[in-house]
Amino acid sequence: MSSGYQIVVLGSIVPDPLQTLEPAQTAQGPGLKNELMLPHVLDPWAAHALYEAANLAAKTPGSKVTLLSLGPKAKLQQVMMAVGQKVPFELVALDGPAGGFTDPHEVAARLAEAVKALPGLDRSRLLLFGGWESASRGAGVTLQLVGERLAITDQFQGVDQLTPGPDGSFEVLERVEGGKHQVSSCAGAPAVLGWATGNLGEPKNNPQVGMANMRGIMPSLQKATPAPVGTGGVEFVSVAVPKAQRETRIVKDMSPDDVAREIVEWIGQD
Amino acid sequence: MDTVLLLTHTEPDGGLPRAALEALSAARTAGGPLVVGLFGASVEKAAAALGGAGAAKVLAVEGAPFGEARYGTDTAAAAALAKASGASVVIAPATSRMARIAAGVAQRLGGRVDTHVTQVTAEGGLAATRWFYKQRIEAKLRRKERPWVLLVDPGAYPAASVEGGAAPAVEKLAVSAEGATRTKVVGLRAPSSGEQTIRPEAKLLFVAGAGWTKKQADGKPHPDKAEQLILGFLRGSGASLGSSKSLVDQAGEGQRVFEFMTHLNQVGQTGATPRHPKGLATCCHGEEPHVVGWRFIRERRAVNLDAGCGWARGKADVLYVADAFAVMEKVNALLAAKA
Repeated sequence: MSSGYQIVVLGSIVPDPLQTLEPAQTAQGPGLKNELMLPHVLDPWAAHALYEAANLAAKTPGSKVTLLSLGPKAKLQQVMMAVGQKVPFELVALDGPAGGFTDPHEVAARLAEAVKALPGLDRSRLLLFGGWESASRGAGVTLQLVGERLAITDQFQGVDQLTPGPDGSFEVLERVEGGKHQVSSCAGAPAVLGWATGNLGEPKNNPQVGMANMRGIMPSLQKATPAPVGTGGVEFVSVAVPKAQRETRIVKDMSPDDVAREIVEWIGQD
Repeated sequence: MDTVLLLTHTEPDGGLPRAALEALSAARTAGGPLVVGLFGASVEKAAAALGGAGAAKVLAVEGAPFGEARYGTDTAAAAALAKASGASVVIAPATSRMARIAAGVAQRLGGRVDTHVTQVTAEGGLAATRWFYKQRIEAKLRRKERPWVLLVDPGAYPAASVEGGAAPAVEKLAVSAEGATRTKVVGLRAPSSGEQTIRPEAKLLFVAGAGWTKKQADGKPHPDKAEQLILGFLRGSGASLGSSKSLVDQAGEGQRVFEFMTHLNQVGQTGATPRHPKGLATCCHGEEPHVVGWRFIRERRAVNLDAGCGWARGKADVLYVADAFAVMEKVNALLAAKA
């Protein structure tokens, strides 16, 4: 492919997975207790998508990676300080809530508008990347909704691998039932790819990449467009942390033989 | 009252995916008149299997282009079925194929979508229960907008009984696949190791943690021994293999850990949340966020050396404080003797 891909990665921020989360009622609907105080990270699946995008762009001359992120500007800035050290990208920021209880249809509408407004957008080179789910809403629908709004009819979810061909086509591996991948061949961009974990590890921090990214990240954050998404037409009847505490029987001082016997007996029970 | 469409693809043999009968259970709880929508290369077998479903009618889109699991053709077929049904609520099983298209279908219908639904209730208006923040917060919600597409997680409902009824006549819709997609399905690919360790139908989930690769009592790690014990157990018990994130990340970072372990095995966090009747965790450590992967396992037991470990305490029914290497060797011997 001579002109390369325009890869737009949709990804936002989520509370650090190690934080304890408690729901709280806010004026805008359900949210998290002390949500803005919680440390945040780039959504893990979106991060995989970003790393795969950078890897594809590096192998395909003329390609460009844009990270389009809807989240509270101050939190985005904190997270981008870390993410910006990993791989080269341009940030386009939308300033709005990134919580899991926002309506994906409202979010998708904002994101689709932002994609359409990207300068020099060429649909014939567009690959729309993102996580196949998020660690906040976890619905796995926003990317498809954006794709539909952009009239992209080649969409893939649970992607672990994309292999470009010499003619602009590409092969995609998508997760399906039973621990298998469905192998598909797509004629080329535009396409939507919702990434699972992919095959790449987290890149090491690269100070040169970080410095180059920061030149674009800060101005982008300063001119972030307001995107006040809400909960749409959803009425939340209840929002709660489930009571999942079990009475654990702790078995100490039992020989491996006896433990094994008990486990095998338990496995065999219907 | 909402008219409910049970929407599903058919399997390559023309039959129903198992999860479709579970989604039918959810559809019945919604309480409205039921319509069935089927799409695939052939639908007769699936339609016959739904004879006793209580559907007022069965709609179908049938043909070779709809036999392949592709967004373009599947969305075109599913949206046509939903429109023709006039249903205000669309309930579908969360197979990988339906999950790929559910949002697109909702968008084409001008409706809304909610996925990972674990419960549907009709009292006081239709409501759906689903999880947020990776199975850490549960919410029950209603929507005013219609059509409302609901994707029901496999394992959330028992399969519905559909015996004892005559299959309604199938009304076939003409849907063109022309220009709907530029994607061709090439086939399925199993893990490169050749050992199929993910078995969704298994009664037991065996979760292996990073402890298997750590130094043991003699001060050395024994990954070869661990691999032999884990695979031996999977073969002897027929269990499905899950893994902690830390273990599959080790594999992805190029360390020689377990050849058969990939990110597909990962449970919790960025992994799967499988549903099996029983789960046995070994050498798993970590606090609450790491445990979400087995939230939907009904009976849980764990083997590790730390009695206070957050993975097991309060999360498992039984915690054996023991050396997993020694225990699993004995377990494998007992399973071999029973075989």
